[in-house]
Amino acid sequence: MKKGVMVYVSEMKVGTSGKVTAIKATSMIKKRLLAMGLTPGTQFKIAKVAPMGDPIELNVRGYRLSLRKSEASCLEADIVGND
Amino acid sequence: MHKIALGGNPNSGKTSVFNALTGSHQHVGNWPGVTVERKEGELKIDSERFTLIDLPGTYSLSANSLDEKIARDFIIDKKPELTVIVIDQTNIERNFYLVLEIIEMGRPVLLVLNMDDEARKMGINVDSDGLSKYMNVHVCKTVANRRVGIDVLKEQILSAVQRQNKPKVLKFSEKTEKIIQAIEPFFKDHDPDLRRWFAIKALEKDDFLQELVGEKAYEQLSQKIELIEKSIANETDILLAEERYAVIHGIAKEFIKRMLTEEDRERFSTKIDHVVTHRIWGIPIFAGIMWLMFQLAFYIGGYFVDAVDYWFSRFGDYLASVMGDSMFSAFITEAVIGGLGAFVVFLPQLFVLFLFISFLGDIGYMSRAAFVMDKFMHALGLHGKSFIPMILGFGCTVPGVMAARTLESKKDRVITILVTPLMSCGARLPVYALLGSIFFAGHEGSITFLLYMIGIVLAIIMARVFKSTFFKKEETLFIMELPPYRWPSARETFGQAFRNSWLFLKKAGTIIFAAVIIIWLLSVFPAGIDAPPQDNYIGDIGRTLEPVFRPLGFEGWEAGVALTFGILAKEIVVGTFGTLFTGQDFGELAEFAEAGLKGNLVQGLQTVFPNAIAAFSFLLFVLIYTPCAAALATIKQEIGWKWMWFTAIYLFVLAYGVSLLFYNIGILFI
Ligand SMILES: Nc1nc2c(ncn2[C@@H]2O[C@H](COP(=O)(O)OP(=O)(O)OP(=O)(O)O)[C@@H](O)[C@H]2O)c(=O)[nH]1
Repeated sequence: MKKGVMVYVSEMKVGTSGKVTAIKATSMIKKRLLAMGLTPGTQFKIAKVAPMGDPIELNVRGYRLSLRKSEASCLEADIVGND
Repeated sequence: MHKIALGGNPNSGKTSVFNALTGSHQHVGNWPGVTVERKEGELKIDSERFTLIDLPGTYSLSANSLDEKIARDFIIDKKPELTVIVIDQTNIERNFYLVLEIIEMGRPVLLVLNMDDEARKMGINVDSDGLSKYMNVHVCKTVANRRVGIDVLKEQILSAVQRQNKPKVLKFSEKTEKIIQAIEPFFKDHDPDLRRWFAIKALEKDDFLQELVGEKAYEQLSQKIELIEKSIANETDILLAEERYAVIHGIAKEFIKRMLTEEDRERFSTKIDHVVTHRIWGIPIFAGIMWLMFQLAFYIGGYFVDAVDYWFSRFGDYLASVMGDSMFSAFITEAVIGGLGAFVVFLPQLFVLFLFISFLGDIGYMSRAAFVMDKFMHALGLHGKSFIPMILGFGCTVPGVMAARTLESKKDRVITILVTPLMSCGARLPVYALLGSIFFAGHEGSITFLLYMIGIVLAIIMARVFKSTFFKKEETLFIMELPPYRWPSARETFGQAFRNSWLFLKKAGTIIFAAVIIIWLLSVFPAGIDAPPQDNYIGDIGRTLEPVFRPLGFEGWEAGVALTFGILAKEIVVGTFGTLFTGQDFGELAEFAEAGLKGNLVQGLQTVFPNAIAAFSFLLFVLIYTPCAAALATIKQEIGWKWMWFTAIYLFVLAYGVSLLFYNIGILFI
C-alpha cells in the first residue's frame, strides 16, 4: 500500500501502520473507539486478522485491540508504513 | 459503615483487588432491575467498617453500555465516600482514560497502581508520590493476585475516606476550557460541584442531559454546540477525547519512567498469539482445548460422581437401618438425602469445568477464543464470547449459563442463556442410549449425533428469532483489549472456581432440593409409599398429561411421568421408566439385562412407543423440552425469574411443536 494514501482501517493489510484521520461512526462505536485511544492523529499497526477473516487486531498505544471490520470501517487513516 | 466503590478497566486486576480486600465477606446479587452482577463485600480497617461495592469493569464512563451507565450512576447518585480505581500499570495510558473520567466527577478517588511486578519487569516506574501530590489523590502500588501492598492500600483507604480530598481539576487546553466555560451557564440551576462535569457531558452529546435541563434548554444547548463545532472544525466529543489523551500524555511524561527492557512481555505474548490465533491453527487449537476440557471434566468428574453416588446411597441405607421403616424415615432417606445427592453429584464435574474456565480467563485465553470464533457467532446474531457458554452447554447447562456472565451486553447475555439449554447436555445422553438401543439398534451413534445437530440448528434459529423480536435495535461491540498472557495465581483461579461452585450450591441447591422433595411427595401421596406410583398424585399427573402427549405418539401415562421427573435431572427419565416397568432403577439397558429385567423394560417401552417414529419423537422432546431444575435455578440466578419462566415455557412449547410436526409427518411414511 502506498504511503500517505487515505484508506479505511478495515481495508488495511496486516503489517501496515497508519495514522487515524477521521472517525465516522454511530455515537456508541465512536465513543468506544475514542476511549480506546483511537483519536485522530494516533498511530497504529494492523497486527493480525482472525482465522475467519474478521475481527482484526491492532497495536495501538502499546496494547492489543481487537475490533470487527465493520467497526474498523468507521475509521479513516493515512498509511504511514509497511512492514 | 462507610460506602466505597471499586472501579477499573477489564483485565486490570479489579477482581483480585476486591478479593484481597474483602476475603470471604462477599455477597453476590444483581443491580436493581438489570441482569448485571453486583458484588459487594465488607472490610474492617482499624475499627472502621467499610462496604466495598464492585462496579462493572469498563473502559470508560460514557454510558455507552449498561455496565458503564451503572458505574456512572452509582458514583453520581450514591455518592460513595471514595472510589478506588484499579490500574494496569503496564497499560497505563489507556487505563488513565477512565481515571480522568472519574476524576471529572469531582469525588474523592484512590488510585491502585496494580501489576507492579510486571511493570518492574518491563522497566516501567511510576513516581507515585509525585503523581499523588500533582493530582491530589491517594496512590499506592500493588501486586493484587499475590496480595502484595494490600496492607498499605487499606491504610490509604482509611486516610482517603477521612480526608475527603477532592482531586485536582486537570485542565485541558485553553481553547477547550473556554468552550467548557461557555457551556457551564446552561447548568447554573444545578449542583455547582457537578457543573463542569455536566458541561463536559453536554459536549460529549450525552442525552441524559435532556431530562436534566428540559426539552427547550436542551435544544438551545445543542444549537450552541453545533456553532462551536463549526467554529473549531472538529466534533466536540472527539475534541474531549483528544484533550484527555493529551493530559494523560503530560502526566506520563512527568511521572512515568521507562527503562529500556520494554516489550519483553509484549514479545512473549505476541509469540504465543502467533500460534494461538494463527489463521490456520487458531481454530484447531481452540477445538483441542475444548476437547481437553471435557475429557478432564468427565474423567475426573466422573470418578467423583461415582464416589459421591456411592457415599450418598451408603449414608441413606445407614439412616434407613437406624430409623426403621416409617414414612418419616423414607422421607429422610429418599427425599432429603436424594435431594441433596441430586445436586451434590453434579458438583465435581461442575468444579472442574469452572476451574478450566477461570484458568482460561485468567491467563488471557478467553478473549482469544472470542476473537477466533466471533465471525461465525456474529453471523448467527451472537457474539464471539457466546461460544464458550454454548460449548459448555454440551457438558452441562449450569456452567454454560454461568459463563455467559462474561458477555458485556444484556442482549448477548440473555440470548446466549436462552439458547444454551438446546446444546444437548451430558445428562440427556443416557436417554438417547436407552431408546436408541431398543428402537434404532445398530444406529445409536447416528441417532445421537443427529439429535445433537438438531439441537445446534434449533439454537441458531432461536437465537435469530430472539434477536429480531426482543432486541431489534441493540448493537453490540467487539472493540476490546486482548490482554497480555499472564500466569495466574493458583489462589485466584481456584478461588474463582470455589466461589462459583459455592454460588451454585447456595442458589441452585435450594431450588433443586425443593423440587426433589415436591416430586417425592407427589409420588407417595395419597396412597402411601408401598402403593405403585400410578395410585399416587404422580399417576394422576401422568394420566392428565396422557392426552396432551398422545398427539406426539406417546401411548400411556408413563411417558408423562418420566418427563415430569426429568425436570429434576434429565437422566432420571431412564430411571423412571425402569422403576415403572420393572420396579428397579438402573441407568442403562445393560444393567437391566444383567438383572434379567431387560425384557420387561423393552416390552414396556414398546407399548408406550409403538414405533420408531414415536420413539424418535420422544427423543426430540427430551432434547428440547424444559431444562432441569438446576439449569432453571441458575438461569433465575443470572437473569431473573421472568427469563427463567420464559425459558421453561418456550422450550416446552418448542419441544411440543417439533415433536408434533415430526410425528405427524413421520407416520405418513410407515
Ligand atoms: N502479574 C500480575 N498479575 C495479576 C495482578 N493482579 C491480577 N493479576 C492477574 O491478572 C488476571 C486478571 O485479573 P482479575 O483480577 O480477574 O482482573 P479483572 O480486572 O477483574 O478482569 P476481568 O475479570 O476480566 O474483569 C488474573 O490472571 C490475575 O491473577 C498483578 O498485580 N500482577
